[in-house]
Amino acid sequence: MEVIKKIFNEKRSLLVPVVSIVLGLLIGAIAMLAGGYNPILAYSSLFNRVIGSSYHMGETIRAITPLIFTGLAVAFAFRTGLFNIGVEGQFVMGMTGATLVGVLLDLPWYIHGPLAVITGAIFGGIWAGIVGYLKAKRGVNEVISSIMLNWTALYLANFIVSKFLTDPGQQKSRAIHESALMNIEWLVQLMDKARIHWGTFVALACVLIFYVILWRTKQGYELRAVGHNPDAALYAGMNVNRTIVKSMMISGVFAGLGGVFEVLGVFGNQTIMAASPGYGFDGIAVALLGGNTPVGVLLASILFGGLSYGSAGMSFGAGVPQEIIRIVIGSVIFFVAAHGIVKFILKPFMSKRAKRKEAA
Amino acid sequence: MQFIEVSGQLINITLVFSTALIFAALGGMFSERSGVVNIGLEGLMVSGAFAAAVATDYATQAGLGSISPWIGLIAAAVFGVVFSLLHAVATITFKSDQTVVGVVINILALGTAIYFTRSLYDGSAQTSQLTEVFHKVAIPFLSEIPIIGEGIFRAYPTTYIVILLVIISYFVLFKTPFGLRLRAVGEHPSSADTVGISVTKYRYIGVMLSGALAGLGGATITLTTTSSFAHNTVSGQGFIALAALIFGKWNPLGLAGAAIFFGFAQALRNFAQLFDFSKQIPTEVFYMLPYVLTLIVLAAAVGRSSAPSALGQPYDPARR
Amino acid sequence: MWIPGDDECMDQSGAVVELKGITKRFPGLVANDSINFELKKGEVHALLGENGAGKSTLMNILFGLYQPDEGEIWINGEQTVIDGASKAIELGIGMVHQHFKLVQPFTVTENIVLGNEPKKGLKIDYKLANEKVKTISERYGLKVDPQMRVQDITVGMQQRVEILKTLYRGAEIVIFDEPTAVLTVQEIEELIEIIRNLAAEGKSIIIITHKLKEVMALANTVTVIRRGKVIRTVSTSETSERQLAELMVGRDVNFQVEKTKRPPGDIVLSVEGLQMKGDQGKMVLDGTSFKVRSGEIFGIAGVDGNGQSELIYAITGMRKVQDGQVSLNGNDITNDTPRKISTAGVGHIPEDRHKHGLVLDFKLSENMILNTYFKPEYGKSGLIDEKAMDSVTTRLVEEFDVRTSGIYTHARALSGGNQQKAIIARELNKDPDLIIAVQPTRGLDIGAIEFVHKRLMDARNEGKAVLLVSFELDELYALSDRIEVMYEGKLVGEVDADQRDDERLGLLMAGNTDHDGERS
Repeated sequence: MEVIKKIFNEKRSLLVPVVSIVLGLLIGAIAMLAGGYNPILAYSSLFNRVIGSSYHMGETIRAITPLIFTGLAVAFAFRTGLFNIGVEGQFVMGMTGATLVGVLLDLPWYIHGPLAVITGAIFGGIWAGIVGYLKAKRGVNEVISSIMLNWTALYLANFIVSKFLTDPGQQKSRAIHESALMNIEWLVQLMDKARIHWGTFVALACVLIFYVILWRTKQGYELRAVGHNPDAALYAGMNVNRTIVKSMMISGVFAGLGGVFEVLGVFGNQTIMAASPGYGFDGIAVALLGGNTPVGVLLASILFGGLSYGSAGMSFGAGVPQEIIRIVIGSVIFFVAAHGIVKFILKPFMSKRAKRKEAA
Repeated sequence: MQFIEVSGQLINITLVFSTALIFAALGGMFSERSGVVNIGLEGLMVSGAFAAAVATDYATQAGLGSISPWIGLIAAAVFGVVFSLLHAVATITFKSDQTVVGVVINILALGTAIYFTRSLYDGSAQTSQLTEVFHKVAIPFLSEIPIIGEGIFRAYPTTYIVILLVIISYFVLFKTPFGLRLRAVGEHPSSADTVGISVTKYRYIGVMLSGALAGLGGATITLTTTSSFAHNTVSGQGFIALAALIFGKWNPLGLAGAAIFFGFAQALRNFAQLFDFSKQIPTEVFYMLPYVLTLIVLAAAVGRSSAPSALGQPYDPARR
Repeated sequence: MWIPGDDECMDQSGAVVELKGITKRFPGLVANDSINFELKKGEVHALLGENGAGKSTLMNILFGLYQPDEGEIWINGEQTVIDGASKAIELGIGMVHQHFKLVQPFTVTENIVLGNEPKKGLKIDYKLANEKVKTISERYGLKVDPQMRVQDITVGMQQRVEILKTLYRGAEIVIFDEPTAVLTVQEIEELIEIIRNLAAEGKSIIIITHKLKEVMALANTVTVIRRGKVIRTVSTSETSERQLAELMVGRDVNFQVEKTKRPPGDIVLSVEGLQMKGDQGKMVLDGTSFKVRSGEIFGIAGVDGNGQSELIYAITGMRKVQDGQVSLNGNDITNDTPRKISTAGVGHIPEDRHKHGLVLDFKLSENMILNTYFKPEYGKSGLIDEKAMDSVTTRLVEEFDVRTSGIYTHARALSGGNQQKAIIARELNKDPDLIIAVQPTRGLDIGAIEFVHKRLMDARNEGKAVLLVSFELDELYALSDRIEVMYEGKLVGEVDADQRDDERLGLLMAGNTDHDGERS
């Protein structure tokens, strides 16, 4: 009992996220019942799809990868006290940067690939930097400016793709040159053509980089100080405005990298989009569930990536619209964000168990 | 004269787009004046737009004819309130971060709306096209005036409603005890608490009003512009409404003015093909325009000095 | 509105308020430990205790803002449960809070009638409201301007608005929480007059305070609280300041740190004609000039909000000035960055230790290098040398007796006194030539206050220049070698630091000659 109590009281307890996940799945089940579907069949077909074959496992990894990037991006900004919901737009700008270099240039692979990656990362970083700049210099709420830039990025990307990168009549860009592609051919073959690419390894490296920057460097010390208490940071002689811009740019680089590898590793081209891909918003969910810690982000992206990829199985197996998973994810992070509710729900349960223990 | 005709139409369409923004911004005002940041305005609009589409559709099928859109409107307000309650419980009762919860509401509302659209419409991501929607109502005599007759006095009923609501909101906020207390709660909650005003109650009312009004805003889009609901029916209007709220200094008249400006930016898109010079400009530029303009306006607006002082802070009596 | 009746409502003892065995626990502490308290009709009863002794908790219970864990509340001879401020108001209890509960952009009238507005139809009847305010204010001699916005009136008038709020609601029992903390000497005299008036009108008054002089000047009875327990209730006519001090602290206290005369040395800090524009376009610094020499403590007195904070921001580089010059050891440091100024030899014990002094969610060790982390001794390659950070923290914790469960404890978990010790340790460790201390003992208990005073005096004796800003006159006189008064952005006059003259000081603090303490 003591152990459970300790976890319950511990600020960074695992209890809240775990219970939130359970509650989220429950609410999903209720929504399925409301829509006249069989939730047990739906969840089992979701699970079966994820681990069904080496192809599906590979594709699940493919679906998890961008979430690691966007999750890290949101979490990084959070650590500096900024809410970057512009990851979506930065992701799209990352795609666009990589596509530009990948389609227009023709270079040897050892230059072309890295150049495309770096360009995309910089595009993402600059796009986020605008938000940071507006916040630092003009006091513009970063949430609203990010959203505006998300839409702007979508239309700007469409404009660039249709104007410069597309053959007439096509809805997607010309193919990216082989020399810039980032897929890992032997793994692709090994996993039944599941689209495995270097981005996954870069994402894992970024998890480590995230940790080192924030907790091992002086730069990270500044970023965290500004995040916790900008007034004290000013007192301590830190340049708060510059730190805000810097933090947003680093966050945007993570986001941009997510977009880069979708283009270079998965699709090999960029389509003209009716709506943005949504990985940025999932990144918010990932960061929240992961408690803005690097390992938490990794675990949360595995969960949400798995759910998202598996959700297609629900519509095949149980006829459930796959958007149900949006409700599940939305509910999970609702409970994580409003963890007071989770504790409130748990309270009678916990004390009952405590009493039973006492009686025994 | 083509100029006169076009200006009349431009004003008219501006008002169509502005109406939804004003509804939502008024909603945001009641929430934020009580001290609760409502980033979830977008999601509340989504739930309203969805509810309006479905309710109007079912009412039409039930043979209610031209009353149907009114039923849709009521359903939208109700649905908006339901979603706003999630926000209220999380942020007021459980003191969660208001911005984070708002974003979560956005994600949750969109997911829920699309999921139920698919379940109700056999897997289609869009509700069926509505046959009964609002029609423009011309006010006798006034609608004959050149330019403004066409522009203002041939509008949808929702536009007339929102104009009325702006005036009522102004009166309520600045002339009644309710308004005084609501503002007190948003400015300095513990001063309200110590004279026996329930901070919780007023904040719940503020947030629920924002749900109802933003729901109506979403319904306006469905019932006057798109005639159906899909994932992109509401595309950032909730956030533009927030910008209008800030730019309008949390004042009903100010935010209405700002919303009309942003509505104008949206309306311009419809006129892109009308003139030779504007045909040269890529359509994407017109699509970007409302968002870029919002950004520029926000950057130009000076400071947030007129924001309610306690905006964004959960009220915890133990930490007075 | 129900107005508490006359004598027939009271029990034989004549007590309007009786608290019996009140206990209130907060996580990790018992704020009130079975407290008994009795207030008689028409008396002025002081509740005396140190910061954190539990006085405010007790009064918040009486005012319905907290619920007691144990105990009974009797009002006018009837046991009641006060489950909220509105219940307290209904029972005729009013409270004048230390931090005024006023809505800044509202008018005086709006603030007074809030929650109890006279109506005409759906609208608030402002005409009637203004009249009501005027009537009450005249009856009790509480001069206010009903149409002014609270953000534009003086602190003294704001307090009168707070008192009017309670009277408008028909309060018969008025609680004053640290009422003199923010007032000038003249305003305090006015307040004393007001309180006597109220008592004469039959109101019963409770004053929460830690100031002995006030107790003696105002109260009939005093109840001393220490660590959540009632130590004793005595009549003021049967006690002395000395005895009360001992009861309050629990031991014989020596308020005075030893201040030996020593000749001041070279000029360390020189400030010349500083001009700074505030947020509202008003000049918050308007030609401030002074000098501080090594080996002296220079005290700046004044009412809060006369530019003291801005002056410190200007010297430390946290805000830019439009005109004027700041020099340290003869070098111009005007508008340099905070880091440059700090490394040039300025230690800064800030006014608000939670806002500026500490990152509460950082570990203590991380806080100890807050303004030195960039130096090579904490890592050269851009990485932080945690060993160096930890060892400096361990040393300072020892040296300055910071009570903590470990150097990795979050600063938030430390008590106020230990947080302040940590800040002082960090700032003195920089071995600065100039130490700026702003309100260095705010909210601390006597033990911590003594510690802080001693450290500042030691620094002065070691030949450092100390700039002390305080609203506590006792503190200024105890420490300073020279005292000047700040008013509306400039220093308006010097007072003798050895010969205390409250009259002259009060006049200067109120903008010199104006006797009613009113600032236009």
